[in-house]
Amino acid sequence: MSQIKYIAGKEPHANETRVIFKNVDRESWDPSIETYLQDGGYDQQKKAFQMEPGEITAEVKTAGLRGRGGAGFPAGLKWSFLPPNNDKPVYLICNADESEPGTFKDRYIIHQDPHQLIEGMAISCFAVGANLAYIYIREEFPEGAQILETAIAEAHRKGFLGKDILGTGFELEIYVHRGAGAYICGEETGLIESLEGKRPYPRIKPPYFPAAMGLYLCPTIVNNVETLCHVKHIIGMGGENWSKTGTPNNTGTRILCVSGDVEKPGYFEVQVGKVTLGELINDMCGGLKAGRKLKAVIPGGSSAKVLRADETFKLGKDDDAKEISIWDIPMDFDTLAACGSMAGSGGVIIMDDSRSMSWVINNLNNFYAHESCGQCTPCREGSLWMKKITDRVVAGKAAPSDIDQLDAVARNIDGRTICAFGEAASWPTESFVAKFRDELIADTNPELEDAFVNAEALTAAANLK
Amino acid sequence: MALEVPSELEKEIDDRITHYPVSRRSAVLPVLHALQHHFGFISEDSVEWAAAKLELEPIKVLEVVTFYPGFRQSAPGKYHIRVCRTLSCAMAGSYELMDSICKKAEIDRSGVTHHDPIAVSNDGKFSIEFAECLASCGTGPVCLVEDDFHEAVTDVDALLSQYK
Repeated sequence: MSQIKYIAGKEPHANETRVIFKNVDRESWDPSIETYLQDGGYDQQKKAFQMEPGEITAEVKTAGLRGRGGAGFPAGLKWSFLPPNNDKPVYLICNADESEPGTFKDRYIIHQDPHQLIEGMAISCFAVGANLAYIYIREEFPEGAQILETAIAEAHRKGFLGKDILGTGFELEIYVHRGAGAYICGEETGLIESLEGKRPYPRIKPPYFPAAMGLYLCPTIVNNVETLCHVKHIIGMGGENWSKTGTPNNTGTRILCVSGDVEKPGYFEVQVGKVTLGELINDMCGGLKAGRKLKAVIPGGSSAKVLRADETFKLGKDDDAKEISIWDIPMDFDTLAACGSMAGSGGVIIMDDSRSMSWVINNLNNFYAHESCGQCTPCREGSLWMKKITDRVVAGKAAPSDIDQLDAVARNIDGRTICAFGEAASWPTESFVAKFRDELIADTNPELEDAFVNAEALTAAANLK
Repeated sequence: MALEVPSELEKEIDDRITHYPVSRRSAVLPVLHALQHHFGFISEDSVEWAAAKLELEPIKVLEVVTFYPGFRQSAPGKYHIRVCRTLSCAMAGSYELMDSICKKAEIDRSGVTHHDPIAVSNDGKFSIEFAECLASCGTGPVCLVEDDFHEAVTDVDALLSQYK
């Protein structure tokens, strides 16, 4: 890939392995199908359409591709949950509702390389037997939706979509469906409800596993943009070869998005597990801002549990066990899980010692309170209570025991909701309380401790400005 | 008062509906987007019109309008601004950006609430609201003005002067 030239100042870092982002910021590149075809575009679709659908799924399984949207679930396994001897239509949905705070990768794929996604989707649809597919794109990407619709029309004209594709008799239509600003639509069953024209209240699993009962209660596969793009490259390289990038059980490349307190925030496509958090911050992002020290990192989108800069993590078992610092964490699914957090969506938010942790968790609590769909009581009420408590903390109107209350509210959401939003909303609070308890308590006012049983303290609280 | 939908818009809407061969109800969001894009917001008449078009009870449309932050039930300004409020942008100064836009465009946000999040400038030229994460966390603070995306916004004068 050394012959590819990138726009000056936007060259990939030496630690990067550009596969999905091969064409992002590439010189003389545009999103048209002509440019894509000149670069070998749609060759993998031609190859895949000569294969048996089952062989494609087998290649994806061999590759060990794990979902890039958040959960890291093996994509091939997801596909194989489609019921055997199914006589209903099968649908495929591309989840382009990119809205996990800290994540900004799908935006660049959609804007700069839309045909890569369409080719990945066409191959995936052929593998799972879907003749109708939707790209559910968040409403806040109006330009992206336009670019995708143009690209779909181009692919149609060239015979990569439509009826009797490449003479195989296989038929496929892809439509772009725009959301309307709700984070919950990134949850796959909420997304399906939304695509059915309803409020996006997530469905309970079981029985509503999309692979069995998804869109219109038919078998449905929902995959993230980046995941579907990888399918194209798995066909190109072969599953076995593809799996040689990355590390065992954490194969392939993935895009890490870094934001917050570093000199050069940005996106970096790396082999999973081959780059440590320290290398990411210091080598790839130019380090922290001058004179600042690392305080905390949210490693996988805002729902991931926060890591404290001075923590150490025990990895491995028994004789192989070792202790590592935050700087030495390899950015892969399994290690971040072992460190008590998650790789999630690849959104890495860096916070330095100028940041108030009360302010940070309050910002996130405002997000989750706003985005809770309201279907399950613990989440609807709890997310708002957490916001109200941290609103008080940052205003200096909370009592020290409010921090315990905050933690208790979070723990009463976690595990008590229909969908994973409950965990997403409560994990930030649980982890910030666990790791920055003293700082949160320092922002409270002990004089307010008895406010609700003591009239004098209550008056004092009311008079605080 | 019945809604007057221009024939070109209705044609666009009818075309969108064909994207959902299994269920017309699936077209609720695209139909509402088209109506909002044309009329600026979703009025009661728009709800009735969309419901009739999709052969649904109006409540099935209204419940969608009231749920999604992307649909407005009152008129915005000529140019509607959405400033990203969430963590990375907030760290990059999005609250300060909101304040300076409001000051420059003469927008009073003191009356905004969860259910009525939009404030309009005195002259009706601009309206503004906070949006949750716009997915460009590496280039904060960011905002959308209508469908235009602006990154690393520091110069509010330069931003607003693009809109006449």
